[in-house]
Amino acid sequence: MESPLWSATPSRCALDVEGVWKYYGDFPALREINLQVATGSTVALLGRNGAGKTTLLRILAGLSKPTQGKVSVKGADARQESTRRRIGVLGHGIALYDELSAIENLLLFARLYGVPQPVKRSDEMLERTGLDRVRDGLVREFSRGMRQRLAVARVFLHDPDLLLLDEPFTALDDRAIAVLHSMLAETHRRGGTVVMSTHQLREALELATHVVLIQRGQIAFAGERRQEMLDDVGWLYRTYGDN
Amino acid sequence: MTFLRQSLAIAAKDLRSEIRTKEALNASLAFAVVIFLLFSFAFDPANLNIDVNDYAGGLLWLAFAFAGALALNRSFARELQNDCLDALVASPAAPGVLFLGKALANFALLLAVEIVSLAVFSVLYDVRLRAQLGWIVLVMFLTTWAITVIGTAFSALTVNLRMRELMLPILTYPFLIPALLAAILLTADLFAGKPISAGNAIWLRVLVAFDVIFSLLSVVFIDIVLVG
Repeated sequence: MESPLWSATPSRCALDVEGVWKYYGDFPALREINLQVATGSTVALLGRNGAGKTTLLRILAGLSKPTQGKVSVKGADARQESTRRRIGVLGHGIALYDELSAIENLLLFARLYGVPQPVKRSDEMLERTGLDRVRDGLVREFSRGMRQRLAVARVFLHDPDLLLLDEPFTALDDRAIAVLHSMLAETHRRGGTVVMSTHQLREALELATHVVLIQRGQIAFAGERRQEMLDDVGWLYRTYGDN
Repeated sequence: MTFLRQSLAIAAKDLRSEIRTKEALNASLAFAVVIFLLFSFAFDPANLNIDVNDYAGGLLWLAFAFAGALALNRSFARELQNDCLDALVASPAAPGVLFLGKALANFALLLAVEIVSLAVFSVLYDVRLRAQLGWIVLVMFLTTWAITVIGTAFSALTVNLRMRELMLPILTYPFLIPALLAAILLTADLFAGKPISAGNAIWLRVLVAFDVIFSLLSVVFIDIVLVG
């Protein structure tokens, strides 16, 4: 089995996970996770359902505390206010309020993140995601695709350095995927770091610079993306997986 | 300043959502008015053997506390839709911001319900509001904040429970006993035309102390409730 760590000097380390365990009752959802993610890398977090991907992402996002171990983002605690200001999180839900309009939703999060000129920035994001025409429309009246694009706008609203995306491509329509791709590319150009869990191997491997495979709460593989992975998307599971 | 500004942003969001749906507002207002109406049949205010001021304070605050539980149940539950709670907890806003914002919105909502139902109450029970209106308003503010703080904190605690509608009142009312007791005794005196004086000022101090202590505790410990 390959070492679960890849080198990253402390100053270049965007994310440092040290000996993280997470128990739900007696069940260990994560077991001794050690991971260092270098600044500027795009990490595809792979694994079957129930492997522990979402649990790990929730801990990285500060939404859950590890039972044991430590997580630091750019050397600081993940729950620190200054750390959370640099993180963008897209979970399973769109995290938008149905009873608020598109602009009201973005303005709320712009204010919570302390975005300068919140109205201007929110309008910019609506334009980028093609939702400027429905700026004042209530989210409950939006189509599924429009809601997803607004969720993407919310995640990128404060120009995060670190993106934590849980199944970002699942159930997105083509336009939303294009918007997400363009914003991820921009984040990558700016030197931002992306960690995304996904089942869509082809999509993830094309974007990823590094790959982490989690099995039953443990890291089975962590390292750079290889050509074999692109040539044959099943290669990783066959080589490092259980079966 | 940032703390207050962010809290007001959360409060404005909650109030805007509530004004558009009127879910909690309609339910708690209807509940309070129906309770007053039903009790007016049970305790006939026209009966000269009963002094309405003896039980008006208790009746008023029990109805407000029950109606409050209906409104407060929705407070954190509305964040479950689309996983909004995760986005708020992941944001740089301190958990105390989230608590204070929600408490302010709940306070405004409960006050609105109480003002309308107090008008109905005064008609049905023929109580004297004008003579001690200033003190009545003060007691109303302090007790409503007490109900709001405890209710909002337990709304956060029970948000992920399947039986949260049942659990919230079960957890909330025992904690509220000192505040409700103080409010009931003070309101009974005020309805009877007695102002706050040295004899009953202790209950006003109980209300103030209750509000301060539980507000501080909630702001400090809400992080544990939300993130664990």
